[in-house]
Amino acid sequence: MSGRLTWRYVLVSLVALIGILYVLPSMPFVQGGYLAKFLPGDQISLGLDLRGGIHLTLAVDIDKAVANSLSQMAQDIKSFAQDEKIGVYKPESADGKHLEFTLVNPDKKDALEAFLKDKYSILRIDRTEPAEDGKLKYVMSMTPEYKKYMTDLTIDQAVKTIRNRIDQFGVAEPDIRKQADGRIQVQLPGLQDPERAIQIIGQTAHLEFKLVDDESNPEKVKTPPPGREIGVYRYRNPDGSYLEKPIVLKKEAVMTGEYISDARASFDNTNQPYVVLNFNARGAKLFERLTGENIKKRLAIVLDGKVYSAPVIQDKIAGGRASITGHFTVNEARDLAIVLRAGSLPAPVTVLEQRSVGPSLGQESIDKGVFSALVGGLAVIVFMAVYYGFAGVVADVALLLNIVLILAGLALFGATLTLPGIAGIILTIGMAVDANVIIFERIREETKRGLTPHAAMDEGYSRATLTILDANLTTIIAAIVLYQFGTGPIRGFAVTLILGIVASMFTAIFASKVLMDTWLACRKPGAALNI
Amino acid sequence: MGFELIKHTTNINFLKYRRLAYAASLLVILVGVGSLIVHGGPLYGVDFAGGVSIQVKFNERIDPQRITQALEPVALPGLSVQRFGQERDASYLIRASLPETAQDTIRSQVGKALTDGLNIPFEIQRLETVGPKVGEDLRSAALHAAFVAILLIAIYISGRFEQRWMAAGAMAAGLGGSIWLLNQFGVNVGGMILAALLVTLVLCFVLKLKFALGAVVADIHDVAITIGVFSLLGKEFDLTIVAALLTILGYSLNDTIIVYDRIRENLRDPAHKDASFEKIINDAVNQTLSRTILTAGTALISVLALYVFGGGALHEFALAMIIGIVVGTYSSVFVASPILLDFGKGLDQPKPEIPAKPAATVKVSKKKLKVRIA
Repeated sequence: MSGRLTWRYVLVSLVALIGILYVLPSMPFVQGGYLAKFLPGDQISLGLDLRGGIHLTLAVDIDKAVANSLSQMAQDIKSFAQDEKIGVYKPESADGKHLEFTLVNPDKKDALEAFLKDKYSILRIDRTEPAEDGKLKYVMSMTPEYKKYMTDLTIDQAVKTIRNRIDQFGVAEPDIRKQADGRIQVQLPGLQDPERAIQIIGQTAHLEFKLVDDESNPEKVKTPPPGREIGVYRYRNPDGSYLEKPIVLKKEAVMTGEYISDARASFDNTNQPYVVLNFNARGAKLFERLTGENIKKRLAIVLDGKVYSAPVIQDKIAGGRASITGHFTVNEARDLAIVLRAGSLPAPVTVLEQRSVGPSLGQESIDKGVFSALVGGLAVIVFMAVYYGFAGVVADVALLLNIVLILAGLALFGATLTLPGIAGIILTIGMAVDANVIIFERIREETKRGLTPHAAMDEGYSRATLTILDANLTTIIAAIVLYQFGTGPIRGFAVTLILGIVASMFTAIFASKVLMDTWLACRKPGAALNI
Repeated sequence: MGFELIKHTTNINFLKYRRLAYAASLLVILVGVGSLIVHGGPLYGVDFAGGVSIQVKFNERIDPQRITQALEPVALPGLSVQRFGQERDASYLIRASLPETAQDTIRSQVGKALTDGLNIPFEIQRLETVGPKVGEDLRSAALHAAFVAILLIAIYISGRFEQRWMAAGAMAAGLGGSIWLLNQFGVNVGGMILAALLVTLVLCFVLKLKFALGAVVADIHDVAITIGVFSLLGKEFDLTIVAALLTILGYSLNDTIIVYDRIRENLRDPAHKDASFEKIINDAVNQTLSRTILTAGTALISVLALYVFGGGALHEFALAMIIGIVVGTYSSVFVASPILLDFGKGLDQPKPEIPAKPAATVKVSKKKLKVRIA
């Protein structure tokens, strides 16, 4: 055997060995067994379409976050300006994009603008308009830099809150990531009930405590009196449906959910589930004061704009504990506790896209994919062996090595195998033998022209190699573009296609040549090439 | 020794049938375009159109009509129910446009309606809802991908086929420039793709890149026919079909490159020194015919296995690949190669044409054949 052949043997065996080492941990008969201890830990990770789970694309309502922040700032400007002895009134954010207020005394214009420049550099004055009685109306908006900062901050906060909630809910290997355009992608493997997941992830969980105005009759009031608003009181009927009734509330929240340190679901003595809240030290003090000042009044607990309960305050409540009762089901109480504990979302989120696959379908897809790969692979293998004889068997060995390398590549690079990815492997089975077909056809042709087996083989491999490289490059271009644009499952397809083509360059050209050369080296003198 | 399906001595005059082939291709493409016009564009699946798609597996087979009736209380707009996958699977696909507010609760609504209306145990195996915004985004992402793929492939083949990377640079610059210009005028992605194709064809012609021209024409041909047949069969376009189309693009080009490489080899071959361009092309097609058919064969074997056994989700993908492989194989023999002769005439001819000769060879071979039969 020639020395040139030796290093090629070493290389091919080494690659094959590494390939097998990385494929074995993903095989069901190895997993958890004795052998698994000696193998690399990397396994092929399956996409949601194969293992079952939920995929959600959420949009964060940035505009709403900006609007909230503007109206908060308008209120703050009013009270801070008052501290500076500058009279400002009618602070509001009517369209959610601008902040407006009116300066009472235009002589204070310079003082006000100096104050704004000092304290509110994140805002810019769009214009001033004369108002009634010589007053001056200011229209301001956020600077583009601050708006961008705030957008990023809002999304980051939303991602953090969602991650918090999912962790509390208990999902293995969740994947939550920011996408362009204020979107968040959430993947929850193994989870079954998308509605409950959406409920937990998507609830803004903005908790407020507001005093009830019992002097106004909600049935009769059409437009609420100043400083009041009409809320919705949500009752739960015994059959699980909800009834909504109007209730008049004082507009200003006396306390919000930001002081919550813990929330738990619990049962009262009639076995009704409810949620217990614990406030932090500051919240406890605030709650004690507010309950002390409003004895015998009703305190509404408002969650995302809906009143869940409005108990009468019997006495001053110390110790920083409160409870929300609202005729919950057990799951509702548990989920509400989770979202309150994990904190509220900085802005509402909406579901743009949801895809859920049950585990039975995932397994079915794997079984069908593996079965069609077996059928297709066997048919191709038999065909090649029959058509090309010994050379066909060499091509078959190269094909098997190719499949091993694709799977090993998936495990090694931590890529995800998806259902279209399985299709990519099956496609590769059919297309990877192409390289050997090109080479073998060329060898046959050269043999017909009267070349010796040795010369025909060298000619065949050398002439075909460049052609194969060229031709495969176009498929790789298409696959790379697919990878760039594709979503999860399609990416899986692009990955297996690229891996398959790259591996076939090695297996069909290099490895098969080693086997053919071995035959050449061992053949009886004068034996014809079996091709 | 193995088998030989196609003898190496095979010498079919493919170029003789090229006008017939052009006419046939044009006819199929026109029928496809006609079908697209009649249907008002491609039929988009949930991915692109937005809406809801629910795959339900029942314990026994059931008439889809009954599912439709059971779902009446949910009042889903544009509801359709089809069998999914093989008959024995008892799986059904429920499709509808998405009611504005139902996104969060559609699963329980449909589940309840099916339980109440049918009284057959079932399982919701897959549920997808895609909002209109996401559908639109995915559609434009898919078009962008097709666009980028065409650009890259056009530039690659113009450099690759004639070793004229300067021309490829000019091609890239020309394409880039015109795309930039169109972008300034706010042309949409679909228009950009058409424009890019036209610009590619014109540039190939102007830069005398006849191999690139042939490859691009063959590629457009294959993808157009696949889309047309899909439209004729009333099949939906979704993300996996886009993946299939891009793969077909690569496969067809792959096939074409193999034949073109042989043509270029024959051009340099001393044995073909006096041969006409027509004979050189015909010989190359014949020399690679065995490979062309074998590779199409093995690729078809595996895709057919996928089509038959792969389950409902990959059924359409496999179908698109089957069409694409058949058409791609046909086009590299009957479209991509003959076009070199027809479109290439005005371009740089490597050799002066000797007209009568190839026709004569064919006649001779036919006579020989007759004699032998006699």
